[in-house]
Amino acid sequence: MLNDYKGLKLIASSNPHIRTNEDTRSIMLDVIIALCPALIMSVIRFGFRALISVLVSVVSAMFFEWLYRKLLHKTQTLGDLSAAVTGILLAFVCPVTLPYWMLIVGNFFAIFLVKQLYGGLGKNFLNPALAGRAALVACYTSQMTTWIDPASGKAALFGGADAVTAATPLAMMKGGEFAELTSQYSLSDMFIGNIGGSMGEISAMMLLIGGLYLIFRKVISWQIPVAYIGTVAVLTFLFPQGNDAMSWMLYNVLGGGLFLGAFFMATDYVTSPVTKKGQLIFGLGCGLITVFIRYFGSYPEGVCYSILVMNCCTWIIDKYTKPTRFGVDKKAAKEAAKK
Amino acid sequence: MAQSFFGGVHPNDMKAATNEKAIEQLQAPAQVVIPMSMHFGAPCTPTVSKGDHVKLGQKIGEFKGLGAPIHASVSGTVAAVEPRPYSMGGKVMSVVIDNDFKDELSEEIHAPADPDALSVEEMIEMIKQAGIVGMGGATFPTHVKISSGIGKVDTVIINGAECEPYITGDHRAMLERPAEIIGGCCYLAKMFGVNKVVIGVEDNKKNGIDMLNKVIAEQKAPVVVESLRCRYPQGGEKQLCQAITGKQVPPGGLPANIGCAVFNINTTIAIYHAIKDGMPVVRKVVTVSGSGVVEPKNLECPIGTPVSLLFDACGGLKDETFKIIAGGPMMGMAQASADFPVAKGTGAVLAFAGNENKVSEDPTCIRCGRCVEACPMHLEPLYLYLYVQKNRIEDLEAAHVMDCIECGACSYICPGRLHLTHSFKVGKQKVKEAAAKAKAAAEAAKAAEEAKKEA
Repeated sequence: MLNDYKGLKLIASSNPHIRTNEDTRSIMLDVIIALCPALIMSVIRFGFRALISVLVSVVSAMFFEWLYRKLLHKTQTLGDLSAAVTGILLAFVCPVTLPYWMLIVGNFFAIFLVKQLYGGLGKNFLNPALAGRAALVACYTSQMTTWIDPASGKAALFGGADAVTAATPLAMMKGGEFAELTSQYSLSDMFIGNIGGSMGEISAMMLLIGGLYLIFRKVISWQIPVAYIGTVAVLTFLFPQGNDAMSWMLYNVLGGGLFLGAFFMATDYVTSPVTKKGQLIFGLGCGLITVFIRYFGSYPEGVCYSILVMNCCTWIIDKYTKPTRFGVDKKAAKEAAKK
Repeated sequence: MAQSFFGGVHPNDMKAATNEKAIEQLQAPAQVVIPMSMHFGAPCTPTVSKGDHVKLGQKIGEFKGLGAPIHASVSGTVAAVEPRPYSMGGKVMSVVIDNDFKDELSEEIHAPADPDALSVEEMIEMIKQAGIVGMGGATFPTHVKISSGIGKVDTVIINGAECEPYITGDHRAMLERPAEIIGGCCYLAKMFGVNKVVIGVEDNKKNGIDMLNKVIAEQKAPVVVESLRCRYPQGGEKQLCQAITGKQVPPGGLPANIGCAVFNINTTIAIYHAIKDGMPVVRKVVTVSGSGVVEPKNLECPIGTPVSLLFDACGGLKDETFKIIAGGPMMGMAQASADFPVAKGTGAVLAFAGNENKVSEDPTCIRCGRCVEACPMHLEPLYLYLYVQKNRIEDLEAAHVMDCIECGACSYICPGRLHLTHSFKVGKQKVKEAAAKAKAAAEAAKAAEEAKKEA
């Protein structure tokens, strides 16, 4: 204890002198925790290969992040865990049978080109995991669209698609086989995740648990997921392809990557708007484009591209959804803006 | 119903360390160092010189223009009139007085025979002579606020939010000196000609609210207490007006623009004593707290008391102390040493020795938008930060950087640990410099044109 205060070594930094405990690392850790339920379901349905794929993806994402920062003599940023999140998400949007080396290629694209070349965390304008997936679909179309039926057995740890392949629910809907789909998979199959699809997207239930955890922890706000899923639900309900609008809507919402996209991809801070109003618009846009692609595009699924397109619109949404200046009447502000 | 404003943050209020500790009188210091700059405006000119004998309450500094006079806080002999370190950084002309411990009261002080018979002008004059400034920390001269507000102001608000963590001086005053607060409110009501004064108190001071209500009921005073939601910066002048009236102060404006005038709890007590007893501001209640202080306390001491004596009275500082702050943790100023005196605006002195200093080697914005949500002035700190980094002065101005009240909410909440608030101080300075330059250039051009015409 000191009674003479001469010996103190004081820091004279600017205010504020206290900071919240939450930092980038803790936020990313929360996201990883929130992804765990979906990972568990993936391992249950697809077998051990799902876990290995996720690990390969995370390690390669972190390796590429480390390598880039090392080569360019920048401070290392592995500790913020954002690369790990990208790694998990990229694995989640790939089929479980995708060769490991392709996952590594995807991570190279996501981390090196999409994230780090633009300046690293916070500077990229596209979601790295989704951009990585888009690149993989372009390069390895058949491997990226081969799905095994989780009901028919687990994926082999090595080798390709020797298990029984199956169409995803969305592909069946696209192909006009909605009646077959409803007889093959019940709504609870759809919700729990007893369906074909990418590793992380099959279980709406597990993704919902993770998403609610993120909202509860205030890591994400409700605006984007609600606007996104809500838009898809309303549009598919209003324009059903079949007699039963309700079940058409539910199969559309639960099939495919909507929950994964809405809770974990579209909410990516870096590539989505900063204001609540902007986030509602962003979610609405994602929903519209998703349904357009599903209805009129040549792909059965539109989540990935819809989010990538809206990523490109983020800056303009930000520009037009600025908060009203304090002390200025809303009407007066609008008139001033017109002038 | 608890009221609030838009935005803000909710830090741990840390008030439990001192909010149940009664205000203690500090043992009289052997020497006080009274800075001539304790108000918003130009420093005072000392009216005493070395060797003079001064009495308690005697005027020792006179102001010119915008300001308030300064008085001796002890009786004794002037030991020096020289620049000394003070809490705003650097040194300022100060009057150093050796205390004779007699506390002889100056003849300049005389209580009015009947305070209730005073006219409004006389009351304002007494406040002016008492050297009262905004004691919450803004230190704007109170007599100016009152005289410029009369006629425009229909809502007089007393700021009892005390939204900064750690600080409990206002809370203790509510519990221990409620009659003085209510008395000050009555004088303010009379001066402004309003029939109601509103005291805004954050709802983490329930017993303070109850105590005020009790005294209001006893005296049948024209005062109401509004409970406010506990949220920083609830006590920001503009935020408080918004919470109480629902109206927003226009950009660049003052609360008077929307018919409000805001006074701090301690300012109100000072007003009470100035009018009732003719007593100037010579003492201050200071919360001494933080993880570096061995035994946190609320202390009352003469203005000019060296802060090291306050720490001594609190059991000293811990060895690991790495920061000393004059003021609260959100808006206070970090000090280079413990060698500075208590001033009129010093509501707290904090010392940190724990894990308060959270910095990042590589501060990175992840565009999470928390700063936008937290900004009580509806700014977008992440973009302002970018403009400061890139030196985009015009964009800075267009994004209303001058509206920033430097409350620190954005930096507090930032998970990327960006130095947002600091960069906006820099940014505001840049905008001001650019404006001055543009003005000078325009004037030069005008002068050249006129010269041309003449030729």
